[in-house]
Amino acid sequence: MILEPKLTLGPVLFNWPAETWRDFHFRIADEADVDTVILGEVVCGKQTGFVADHLPAVIDRLAAAGKEILLATQALIADERDRRATADLVAGAPVMVEANDMGAVALLAGRPHAVGPLVNVYNEATLAWLVRRGARRVCLAPELSATAVRALGEAAAEFGVALEVQAFGRSPLAISARCYHARAHGLHKDGCQFVCGRDADGMEVRTLDGEKFLAVNGTQTLSHGYVALVAELDGLGRAGVGRFRLSPHSVDMVRVADLFRAVLAGRSDPGAVTAELAGMVAPAALENGFHHAKPGFTLS
Amino acid sequence: MAGFELICPAGTPGALRAAVEAGADAVYLGFRDETNARNFPGLNFSRDEARDAVRMAHARGVKVFVAINTYPRAGAPGPWRQAVDDAARIGADAVILADIGLLDYAARQHSGLRLHLSVQASAANADAIGLYQREFGIRRVVLPRVLTVPEIKRLNGALGVETEVFVFGGMCPMAEGRCSLSSYATGESPNLNGVCSPASSVRYETRGAEMVSRLGPFTINRFAADEQAGYPTLCKGRFRAAGSTSYLFEEPTSLNALALLPDLRDAGVLGLKIEGRQRGRAYIAQVVASHRAALDAFERGRAATPAASLAALTEGGSATTGAYDKRWR
Repeated sequence: MILEPKLTLGPVLFNWPAETWRDFHFRIADEADVDTVILGEVVCGKQTGFVADHLPAVIDRLAAAGKEILLATQALIADERDRRATADLVAGAPVMVEANDMGAVALLAGRPHAVGPLVNVYNEATLAWLVRRGARRVCLAPELSATAVRALGEAAAEFGVALEVQAFGRSPLAISARCYHARAHGLHKDGCQFVCGRDADGMEVRTLDGEKFLAVNGTQTLSHGYVALVAELDGLGRAGVGRFRLSPHSVDMVRVADLFRAVLAGRSDPGAVTAELAGMVAPAALENGFHHAKPGFTLS
Repeated sequence: MAGFELICPAGTPGALRAAVEAGADAVYLGFRDETNARNFPGLNFSRDEARDAVRMAHARGVKVFVAINTYPRAGAPGPWRQAVDDAARIGADAVILADIGLLDYAARQHSGLRLHLSVQASAANADAIGLYQREFGIRRVVLPRVLTVPEIKRLNGALGVETEVFVFGGMCPMAEGRCSLSSYATGESPNLNGVCSPASSVRYETRGAEMVSRLGPFTINRFAADEQAGYPTLCKGRFRAAGSTSYLFEEPTSLNALALLPDLRDAGVLGLKIEGRQRGRAYIAQVVASHRAALDAFERGRAATPAASLAALTEGGSATTGAYDKRWR
C-alpha cells in the first residue's frame, strides 16, 4: 500500500431536501474521517437552487474541520443556462473545481483542477493531455478494469497526477437529456415537480421478472447494486491509486468512511467490512464487476 | 449556404456501393476491429477493402469518412494510432475521432488530415466544441442526440465549425460516449469494445405463449404471441419502476428527422447523418434513396415530406424526432 491513501466524499448525486443536504455535510464535517469533500450539482441544473442557500455555511463548517473542498460541475452541459452556470462556477470558485464535462475542462485551462469520473479518461495519452492543461487529480470512469487502472496508474505517477477510483456507492452508468424520473411519473422534464426528490438513493428499476437491475436519478442512470471495492483497495494502492471516492447515499456515510479507513490502515479485515457494507445497503447487493473485467453488476 | 451533405453508413463494401449509387454525398465506415463503435462480426472493412472503397467513392465524387471512435485501451494505443495512420494513407476525406489522446496524435502526426469530432465525444456545448476546435483543429462536430433544434442553432451561431446531426436510424436516448449500461449487463461497452447490447449476450426464451428477450442474466422484454419480439437493446426494454411497467428509457423506435429539414437548415446544420452500419445493402439503398429524393425536393424549394417508404424501415414501425423536440425530454 502506498503512503497515506486519501478518502474523498463525492458530490451528493440525489435531490435531497436542502436541510437534509446541509445537515448531512455538517455531520460529515464533525464526524467523518474523510480528507476531501466534493460539493455541487452534477446531475440536473434545475436542482442547484435548492442547496445554494446552505452552500456557504457547509463550506465554512467543512473547512473549519480541516476538510479539503472541491466544487463539481454538471455532467451534461447542453443548454445555455447550464453553460452559464458552469462558467460562473468556474470563474468564482474559491476552491479547486472538478470538471465533469469537457466544457468545464475548457474553462479551467491553465488552472489547477480536478477531472471527474464523467469525463472520459481511458488511456495515458488523454491523461497526459489533461495534465498538461492543469489537471491535478483525475477520478476514473467506473467501467475501467484493474488492468486499465494499472496502466493509467503508472502514467499518473510519471506525470505527478493523483488518481482516484470510486470505491463505494451506486455506479453512475449513463446520463441523458431526458428525465426518466419525470417520465416514470407521466411528467416532462420542464414540469417535473421534482419527483426525483422522492428517492433518496435513486428510483429502483426492476426487470419484468422482478430482478433488481438499475436505479434512476432524474436524467442519470445508476447501477442498482452498490460498488464496494474493499478487498481491492490494497491492489489499487499498489497500482498508483491514491484516492478512493465514497459516493454519498442515505446509509450512515460516517460509518462507511470509518470502515474504508480501517481497511486502508490495515486495522480491519476486508471480508468483515464487506459483510457489514452488504448489510448496510441491503436489499441492494454489492458489486465489483467492472474492476475485475466482468459485467459491472457481478461480485467476485 | 451550400446544400446539406448526406452522410450514409457503410458496414460492408456492398452497402457502400449501394449508398454511393443511391445518392450519398459521403459514406462513413470503420476498420474491422475494436477501433470503431460498430465492431460486429462480419462487418466493416479490411485495409484493402477500405482503400478500394475510397477509390470507388472518389471516382463518383463521394467522400469517405473513417470512424475510429472507440476509446484507445490503456497500455495499448497501437491499434487506434495504426487506424488513423491507415485512414490517412488510403486517402480518407476525414477521420471521426472521440478520444482526446487520439485527436492529439492525429493532429500532430497528420496535419493535413481532416478531423471530425465523433458523437461519442459527447460535446454538447460551445465551450467543449471550441476546445476541440482550438486544440486539435477539428473541422466538424457530430452533435450528440441530446440537443433541441434551437440549442443547435445557438451553437452554430457561437461556433465556426461545421455541425453534423443524425436524421435517421437507431435512437440512442443516452448521451453517446457516456453510457456504460451495456458493460454493466454484459461486460462489453461501446466506448471500449465498440458494441452495445452485444448479440453474444442475447438469449430468447419461450415461456408458454410468451417470448422473453434476455441480455446477460437480465430480462429486457416479454412479448405476447401476437407481438414481434424485438432485439433486446438495453435502453429499449420494458422495466418496472415507480409502480408501473413501461418503456422507461425509450420505446423501440427509430429517429426520423426529415420533417425538420427547414428547421435544421435554419439552425445552420451542414451534415445530415443516417445511422446503421449494421444494416444490409437493400436497407441502405432504400433509406439513402429516400433521403436523396427528400433533400433534392427540399433544395428545389418543395416541402420535404417524409417518404412513406421510410416508415417500413423504422424500428417497431414507429419514429421519433427525439431530443430535437423539447417535449421528448
